Amino acid sequence: MSANTAMAEKYRNNFLKEIEEQVEMGDWVKMCMQCGVCSGSCPTNFQSAWEHPPQELFMMIRAGRREEVLTTTSMWNCTSCYNCIVRCPRKLPITHIMHGIAEYAHRLGKAPKMQPTRFFSGLFWKNATRTGRVNELKLSMGLYFKDGFVQGIKNGMAMQSVALGLMKAKRLSPFELFGGHKCKDQKGIQAMLKKAYDIERSRKAARMAG
Amino acid sequence: MADIKVAAYICKGCGLGERLDTDALVKVAQKDGKVPLVKSHDFLCNADGVAMIKNDIANEGVTHIMIGACSRRAKTEAFFFPENAVARANLREGVIWIRPDTDEARETTQDMAEDYIRMGCAEVKAMTTPEGNANTGSNKTLLVVGGGVTGMTAAIEASKTGYPVVLVEKSGELGGWAGKLYKRTPVHEPFKSPADTGVADLASQVMADSNIKVYLNATVAKTDGAPGRFVVDIATESGATHTEDIGAIVQATGFTLYDMNKLPELGAGKSPNVVDQAGLEMLAKAAAAGDGVIRRPSDNQPVKSVVFVQCAGQRDASGTHLSYCSGFCCNASIKQAMYFKDANPSIDTTIIYTDLRTPGNGEDFYRSAQEKGVIFTKGKVAEVVPNGNTSTVKFHDLILDDKDAAETDVDLVVLATGQVANSGINIDALTKPQVEGQGGDAATAGTVEVKPISILNLTYRQGPDVPQLKQGFTDSHFICFPYETRRTGIYTAGPVRRPMDMTQAREDATGAALKAIQALENAELGRAAHPRSGDLSFPKVRLEGCTQCKRCTVECPFGAIDEDEKRFPVFNEARCRRCGTCMGACPVRVISFENYSVNSVGAQIKAVDIPDEFSEKPRILILACENDAYPALDMAAMNRNEYSAFVRIIPIRCLGSVNTIWVTDALNAGYDGVMMMGCKSGDEYQCHFVKGSELGRVRMSKIDDTLKTLNLESERVRDLEVAITDIERVPAMINKYAEELAAIGPSPFKGF
Repeated sequence: MSANTAMAEKYRNNFLKEIEEQVEMGDWVKMCMQCGVCSGSCPTNFQSAWEHPPQELFMMIRAGRREEVLTTTSMWNCTSCYNCIVRCPRKLPITHIMHGIAEYAHRLGKAPKMQPTRFFSGLFWKNATRTGRVNELKLSMGLYFKDGFVQGIKNGMAMQSVALGLMKAKRLSPFELFGGHKCKDQKGIQAMLKKAYDIERSRKAARMAG
Repeated sequence: MADIKVAAYICKGCGLGERLDTDALVKVAQKDGKVPLVKSHDFLCNADGVAMIKNDIANEGVTHIMIGACSRRAKTEAFFFPENAVARANLREGVIWIRPDTDEARETTQDMAEDYIRMGCAEVKAMTTPEGNANTGSNKTLLVVGGGVTGMTAAIEASKTGYPVVLVEKSGELGGWAGKLYKRTPVHEPFKSPADTGVADLASQVMADSNIKVYLNATVAKTDGAPGRFVVDIATESGATHTEDIGAIVQATGFTLYDMNKLPELGAGKSPNVVDQAGLEMLAKAAAAGDGVIRRPSDNQPVKSVVFVQCAGQRDASGTHLSYCSGFCCNASIKQAMYFKDANPSIDTTIIYTDLRTPGNGEDFYRSAQEKGVIFTKGKVAEVVPNGNTSTVKFHDLILDDKDAAETDVDLVVLATGQVANSGINIDALTKPQVEGQGGDAATAGTVEVKPISILNLTYRQGPDVPQLKQGFTDSHFICFPYETRRTGIYTAGPVRRPMDMTQAREDATGAALKAIQALENAELGRAAHPRSGDLSFPKVRLEGCTQCKRCTVECPFGAIDEDEKRFPVFNEARCRRCGTCMGACPVRVISFENYSVNSVGAQIKAVDIPDEFSEKPRILILACENDAYPALDMAAMNRNEYSAFVRIIPIRCLGSVNTIWVTDALNAGYDGVMMMGCKSGDEYQCHFVKGSELGRVRMSKIDDTLKTLNLESERVRDLEVAITDIERVPAMINKYAEELAAIGPSPFKGF
């Protein structure tokens, strides 16, 4: 049984309760009073980028629309500007809730695979944890080639002048493509990350089980 | 009337001396005003000036005083001569402050001042000193009708102030609607949970108070008399009738819930599991008496899910149900949802609302309900479909724009129906067919809900209950005098006046009790209640001239005039507000006040000097309501908002007191135009005498015929709605009208 079906089974008709217990800051969702100030304050372009504004997501959670909420790209569009948190008259930590729902959808394997924010987050994490240092060249190339080889070349050509400028200023080295710089204590970094993984995994597993 | 001695005093202070030729004004008062004693003073309102007037009263035998100084609304303490008839010529706000200080304007400004002196002299001669009313009652007992929270609060507050109270309650126990509640919405910090209603405490206070006499199972069978001398028959269940002498009345008859059986689409009547808020309170009380579990009525199983439908039969734009918001029901539903959540957090409670309105500290209460897990869904319920022991609530989710949203397997549905006022008989619905001669058409009667039982059973000519405005709530001046009804000495408080919750009702009750005390004290002194508080004049009628046309008895906005067996009007001075609507209505002009009459205004109109048609000095008469328009003009003057020097303004008590003879007299005398300034009328009225401006306008709408017989243009008479805030607009309207009249040309009646 997948994590998703296990959770759906566990909470049956109560998606709100599922969010409250499983999502970080999820217990705040019930406090929304549907004023819409969060949506009005969001600097990202709602009409085109957000399928559902935050207060609508909260209402969908209350209405038990589990599948729709977990598979939507909406909360992935949050840029963490914190405007909504500052303005929410009910003091909901909306930014954190957005990230919490996104993380939960990802954990259940329901998050849209090729959503750029989600894709980039994964890419960044892998890139940074491999050597303990971010390899910017590999990171940007990974993002350029997200939608295939041809699109990757096109993206690269479009950014050509920026890349040349960065190289001239010695901010970007083509040799990073081969290995690249890394932390001194590779073993130590990996051990630290493993420990952190273990702690988080056991905590979440306990929450999902209990 | 025989030996009157008139004196005129002209002030030179506040710039009057510099701007006007006061010596000429003295001569005008002597020659045109025919006043034997005329004095001017440098500073009339100071101690020396007032002492001069008082000395003349004492030593010269002056009875009538004309003061040419500031507006009659200014310096009222200094120029206070209660034993004398006083008229004021408004030279400051009426003349120098609204005219430019230039050489060209000097002549017209002086003309204006001289006319006001002539008018003041003419007016004061037509006045007599109000003697006060001898026919007063001095009863100090308060009658409170209704033993709910409002009634009990009013009784306790009045008793605390030292006035005896008679409380009449229809049912067998005190408490009213609140007595049926399990708990109430909280009124104290932290506003998180339902609280005790406090009704038992109130009731025991009432019962323990020796100053309060309580009649249970009793109704008011008859109310006769006037403030200070009401005689009230109280009928008890046993059939016995008790008679009480009463000074003033507070009607706190509360509300009934809108009948949910009119809402079959919301499942009402189709299943015992669909209840209104009263039904849920009963279930909660029954549960509290038992094991604390609220059970669904159909099979007595514990309720596991409950849906509250807000605005059930309320805020209905279609006209089928209540059009208004009752204001208390959102908080009540939140409270009722907590009955479930506090007992068992796993019970699903959903409140479906379109706009959640939580007055008072309800916002904290709302937040507390969210914390407790009550689900709030913004939506409009379309249908409740009962099916066996459960129901399905179909609604349009307004946030997700889902037209087919539904809550299924709901054990209990609670409909938040609104408040319908227990205001007795709608006397307008009764009288209208008679007045218009339609003869009680059954179809039109159906549109107005006529409650068959009168509450006060007044013996008044205009009907047995206090008049209503709309939706069955009793009429009151909503902005200025909320507790006043259109029956002096009778005050309504609580949800009979407008929809409200308990906190508001208690405030209302206190306010109404204090107003009622004020009314009975005024009644003893023979003084008017608001807005002419303290006025001692009252309508006097020359019955020998009366034609029994009944217009005064029908039109009086306060039902002050009854009819005797010969159909002559019987004036009840203590019920009268001194608006003068009867005086304006009387076709034979036999009704007058000592200090305000057809003659006192008519004399002023005639006193104005009308220049001939070649002088290019038109004259415009303005009859301005003293409550709104006249203060607005005064304030315009304070702001130095200038207007035409050709207007002559006469303050009137109300547009309703305007007798058409004034208008015809003015036009016959050669005035170029007449402008009437009164308050807004209709459902959103601002008239201080409620119906006065409306009645005045109806009367004036017929003036066109008169103008035609005089062969005059209809533009010569203008009706203007003025609010007290119109300090910029009114001068502009005056100037515009003066220009329009100039375009029409001078009146053909000049010089006759």
